[in-house]
Amino acid sequence: MFDPMPWLILSPLIWATLAFVHGPGRGARLAVAGLILQLALAAMLAQQIVAGGVRVYAVGGWGAPLGIDLTADGLSAVMLLLTQTVALPLVFYARAYFTDHANSLRYFWPLTGYLLAAMNALFLSADVFNIYVTLELLGLAAVGLVAVAGGAGPITAAMRYLLATLLGSGAYLLGVALLYGVYGSVSLAALTPLIAADTPAVVSLAAALMLLGMMLKTALFPFHFWLPPAHGGAPAPVSALLSALVIKASFYLILRLWFDLFAPITSVTAAQLLGALGAGAVLWGSLLALRQTHLKMLVAYSTVAQLGYLFLLFPLATGVSAEVAASAWQGGVLQVVAHGLAKAAMFAAVGAMITATGRDEILGIAGVAARLPLTLFTFALAGVTIMGLPPSGGFAAKWLLLGAALASGQWWWVVVMVVGGLLSAAYVFKVLRQAFLPAEEAANFKPLPRMLEWPVLLLALASLVLGLGGGEVLSLLGAA
Amino acid sequence: MSLNETLPLLVLASSLLPGLIIFTLPEERHGLRSLFNMVGATLKLLVIVYMLRGVIHGEEYVFRHTILPGLDLVFKADALAMLFVTLSAALWFLTTLYAIGYMEGSPHRSRFFGFFSLCVTATVGVAMAGNLFTFFVFYELLTLSTYPLVVHRGNEQAMRAGQVYLLYTLGGGALLLIGTVWLYSLAGQVEFTHGGVLAALGPEYTGQLRVIFFLLIAGLGVKAALVPLHGWLPLAMVAPAPVSALLHAVAVVKAGAFGIVRVVNDVYGVEFAQSLHLLMPLTVMASVTIIWGSLRALFQDDLKRRLAYSTISQVSYITLGVSIFGPMATIGGMVHLVHQGIMKITLFFCAGIYAETLGIHKISEMDGVGRRMPWTTAAFTVGAFGMIGLPPLAGFISKWYLGLGALEAQMPWVIAVLLASSLLNAAYFLPVLYRAWFQPRTEAWPEELIPMHNGREAAWLLLVPPLVTAAATVLVGLFAASAMSPLNWVKLIAASEYLNWMP
Repeated sequence: MFDPMPWLILSPLIWATLAFVHGPGRGARLAVAGLILQLALAAMLAQQIVAGGVRVYAVGGWGAPLGIDLTADGLSAVMLLLTQTVALPLVFYARAYFTDHANSLRYFWPLTGYLLAAMNALFLSADVFNIYVTLELLGLAAVGLVAVAGGAGPITAAMRYLLATLLGSGAYLLGVALLYGVYGSVSLAALTPLIAADTPAVVSLAAALMLLGMMLKTALFPFHFWLPPAHGGAPAPVSALLSALVIKASFYLILRLWFDLFAPITSVTAAQLLGALGAGAVLWGSLLALRQTHLKMLVAYSTVAQLGYLFLLFPLATGVSAEVAASAWQGGVLQVVAHGLAKAAMFAAVGAMITATGRDEILGIAGVAARLPLTLFTFALAGVTIMGLPPSGGFAAKWLLLGAALASGQWWWVVVMVVGGLLSAAYVFKVLRQAFLPAEEAANFKPLPRMLEWPVLLLALASLVLGLGGGEVLSLLGAA
Repeated sequence: MSLNETLPLLVLASSLLPGLIIFTLPEERHGLRSLFNMVGATLKLLVIVYMLRGVIHGEEYVFRHTILPGLDLVFKADALAMLFVTLSAALWFLTTLYAIGYMEGSPHRSRFFGFFSLCVTATVGVAMAGNLFTFFVFYELLTLSTYPLVVHRGNEQAMRAGQVYLLYTLGGGALLLIGTVWLYSLAGQVEFTHGGVLAALGPEYTGQLRVIFFLLIAGLGVKAALVPLHGWLPLAMVAPAPVSALLHAVAVVKAGAFGIVRVVNDVYGVEFAQSLHLLMPLTVMASVTIIWGSLRALFQDDLKRRLAYSTISQVSYITLGVSIFGPMATIGGMVHLVHQGIMKITLFFCAGIYAETLGIHKISEMDGVGRRMPWTTAAFTVGAFGMIGLPPLAGFISKWYLGLGALEAQMPWVIAVLLASSLLNAAYFLPVLYRAWFQPRTEAWPEELIPMHNGREAAWLLLVPPLVTAAATVLVGLFAASAMSPLNWVKLIAASEYLNWMP
């Protein structure tokens, strides 16, 4: 049977390299073709998993422990599908967005390709060292993308991001080294039973280091300092990729570590602590988002806040009944998907508004409701998911998380989620309200190419449809 | 999918699809936009008439879609749903006619009619929701689709009203969400069922069920404008007149009241709610709202503001009715769902005509308007008399049954509330009528936009809807005993809530 797993990694590597050689003009076409192929491959892999459970592929025919294994379960498939689904419309968008910046575009296609290759590889990796390699590649490609437009601001943000990402993967690597020292293996499959059988104190240290590193890379409060300038300062398509996907890669890894590898040594206290940091992110991020005067910074802080919801998953799924844990776990993953789709749409919509008005301040978008109704509609639809209102993927996720919190008697997370939801409504409507005001006399709206509007609408609609068809995602998730 | 499953979806689609299409139409395609609107509104009415016949003959119209395991989106056309759906569809049809006339020449009409249709879609979704989750989904959609209508004028006052509106409704929505999720985690899917579903839970849940009831009522009370959650309503009347008309008669306020009916009757069950001692606080809250709203209405000079406070008072009759234990009061409350709708929409239609034709916004400017606009003022008079509760108009029927119910439940003080309210209704409506009919006009109209010619006082599109609803106000009162009257329909519903009672 044809196996899509290696091709999911090879395809972006190939088109990224070709795009680098052939220049930006063909790069766009290569990216489109490559991503359509990858989407088909991811869908195929998902079908295979639904039909036959977890899949393993030995690269070059050499299985672990000698060779490298690729493995995919329901969660991997969900993440792979999300990655390709978000990236494909963004490719069309980026092509229109960068029309006047050929220089940026030269590096944009290859870097995007390497970024996607690294992410796909991360979701398919079966051992902790390979994961480290993909993390580094992912981090470097992402830093490059932040700097792709040039200029002092983006370069500074990129350097800060570089520092955070290197520190994060450094901590992770240290943890991997400690694990290897104790157990003599880096394979997830081999390590899991070993850790369950016997855990010396140093393993807890390794776990803490690996988790801390990933929290830094996920920009969990209070490690979020690098995210707003990097995501807010990058060109819109890059912001969309970073906010929607890249931080989810390190979160995916936290899920793997917490629920698979280190499941025997996780504690309710640690889970509550993670939840508390998540709550801090929800509240602090939302408050700061509300205080921003610039569109992209508002959306970037919204990401900080939305990441907080993901971390509520840990207290809701640790030390509770299996039923509650399942509901929390499903809600958390659904939130990853919903936020990915909606945040990509939101950043791209904001980018289109900025392109049309030529201004980044929130004050500058007065009149957008009349001049760019489609883009504002897109922003509002994405906002529905961000606010967690029905019928959207964000709402379905929130419903599951709230249900888990109430069923396990942890009412304080209910308060956090509800207050966070209201705060997010406040910052989303801050933008919408301004857009409904009449345009200023001096305002000069540039007409937008269609590709800056329609692909983004598709992303926002997808985040809404998720609210009606979330069951499909969950059945894929459960197929592991 | 069978026809009986498709029909509820068709009721939704007949306003959703025209709404979505209208968004994409260019501003100047006036005719095409009106065509889509009217075709949608007519189609919705036809489908509903067909379903009404079916429901009488015992047909079941249920659509079910599983969103997540253990979480279904359910549309169910039971008798109570049909009552509200019919009201919404009929009044949407009239309001659309009125709005086409009213919005002529004003900017952003595509946006206006688009959201108008979405708002109606959300209302019929609320009406046909078969479980609490579905109800919540459409309840929130209603908030989102009405916000752009409230801020439609885009001026500072409208923006401010919009902000307050969101603050109240999203806050209320959050409480409703917590209550709903909590109930689901206790009792699984909470389907609306006659007599309620929660009585089956053991006595150890009593405390939790009381807290949940409080959360649900607080969440619903915001839209139903129960005092002290009513602050948004008087501000929201800055919206264009057709929006106010629909907001006050069917869409937002009614959705809240309808939700209270559902929660008391079909989630908790009247008898179970009574055994938990939950109904008495609700009765008190409704009574306070009735008196408070009327008192505030007395002191408003702005016509729409006076009507807005009157709505706060009148909608609480519905809550009052369902909160008094006994079939008579339930009948009075539920029939007021329809009666208040047709009376209040008449009044708002007329207020809009006064403003559009002569620039009259204040009651102090209404001297002699009856002679200049006899038809409009006649319709306004019927609506106002109905509100006061003069026999044989619609409002009298509601109050009669509410009074009977209060006696039946041995709560004579409720009669006092009803009497006081009627007196106050008279006190704030009769001076308006006196000015309109009997005070001579001494000065020019504030802003005469449409001059009188050939005896036509206002555009036909504006004039016909209030005349129709005023006629309806008379007819539903006069023929309350006939088989197809709202009263008779409501009696059938009450019979299914109180199992030992026959109408």
